[in-house]
Amino acid sequence: MKRERPDLLLRARSRLTHFLASSDEALDERMAQSQTQPALSEEPPVDIEYRRMLEAEIEEERETAARLRTWNERRGGRLRRGVYCVLCVAVCLAMIALFLYTAACLPDFGSAQSPANNEVPTRYIESGLQETGAVNIVTGMILDYRAFDTLGESSVLFTAAMVVLLLLRLDADSQTFSPLARVIREQPHSDTFYEPHHDTILQHAAKVLVPVVLLLGIYVVLNGHLSPGGGFSGGAIMGAALMIYVTAFGFEAIRRFFTYRTYQRVVLCALLTYAVSKCYSFYTGANGLHSVIPLGTPGAILSSGLILVLNICVGFIVTCTMYAFYAVFRKGEL
Amino acid sequence: MIAWFRFALTAALVAAGLIILCIGVFGVFRFHYAANRMHASALNDTLGLGLCLLGLAVSAPDGFTAAKLVLVVVFMWISSPVASHLLCRLEVETNEDRGQYMTVRDSLTQAQPKEGEKA
Repeated sequence: MKRERPDLLLRARSRLTHFLASSDEALDERMAQSQTQPALSEEPPVDIEYRRMLEAEIEEERETAARLRTWNERRGGRLRRGVYCVLCVAVCLAMIALFLYTAACLPDFGSAQSPANNEVPTRYIESGLQETGAVNIVTGMILDYRAFDTLGESSVLFTAAMVVLLLLRLDADSQTFSPLARVIREQPHSDTFYEPHHDTILQHAAKVLVPVVLLLGIYVVLNGHLSPGGGFSGGAIMGAALMIYVTAFGFEAIRRFFTYRTYQRVVLCALLTYAVSKCYSFYTGANGLHSVIPLGTPGAILSSGLILVLNICVGFIVTCTMYAFYAVFRKGEL
Repeated sequence: MIAWFRFALTAALVAAGLIILCIGVFGVFRFHYAANRMHASALNDTLGLGLCLLGLAVSAPDGFTAAKLVLVVVFMWISSPVASHLLCRLEVETNEDRGQYMTVRDSLTQAQPKEGEKA
């Protein structure tokens, strides 16, 4: 390895001097000669002792490496595998023991002495139905007692989707400032080339699945105050339906009814409706004062005051956000 | 009598489903090639889960709940094979040395425009 470089340098220098001293034909001759007999006649003056020492060192290093490799292959590998197995079992057992111990320390299920069992859930359970009108106590809690908190959650979703759009969206303007956008634009076949395009089987399955899934999502959203469910879960189901649709039929198909403008308008309208209606509710009826909106008979679909409206708003926000995340991460646009 | 029979049927169906799930999981870890693994995991999605849910449907308190469980099975059987098909199609289209693991028909080796091929 180390002998090559001075050799090459010397050869190049001699060729250069030859070229400077003679004409073009001489250079051609010289090159032809060096092609046929690559070994140089003039040996560079190198210290023989030094070179021998270097070679001995290199040989020693090679031997050590070979011995290390054989040890690694035979005994070290077995040792490593053994240690790995023992560690796996030990860590598993330790985690099992830790979790079982923690579970043993928890208060008994349904016990009256548990610290979570204070006056707040008592109030929810005893008078939640009269105060909110929602048969589903959970919805009554998150959309009436703690509606302000849910507004914050919806805003967080909206903000996250906005930030992702800001970072990853590809359009004509963003080409000038987003390096990631440029990379994806310049290699259009890089990541999405092997995605299913017009797959017949997928399209037939989607024709069956998408309407049913959408209906289920709408049912879950509208029945949020009567049965388990609500805006968040129903919105997630509807977002999944949109994802199946776009995977099967492509972005051109979904742009007929869902574009970036649709997304903006729907989400903004839903958030504003939520905020305004909740402000109205706080203004007129919060803190147990008399509310203007009638609660209706519990169990009917049109009951429990504002909760139905708020559920629909949250459902819209979650649907659009889920689909926007999927579309932006997959393709870079809506 | 009929309650006992129902319980026995439920137990048998759920146990069979669990055994098939175990076989499927074992296959996923045992096989080394993507298509073989999918063959093992398809067992889970269709037969294993179907048997478990059928067992639960037998023991359901009323007909409505049983109908819901049967609907779950139906939708699993619609969606899971489609997902397997997409995965396998991706494997056939992207893996360069797939001939090493499986026999490939000629129409698939020449990268054709994709028109509903059954991979």
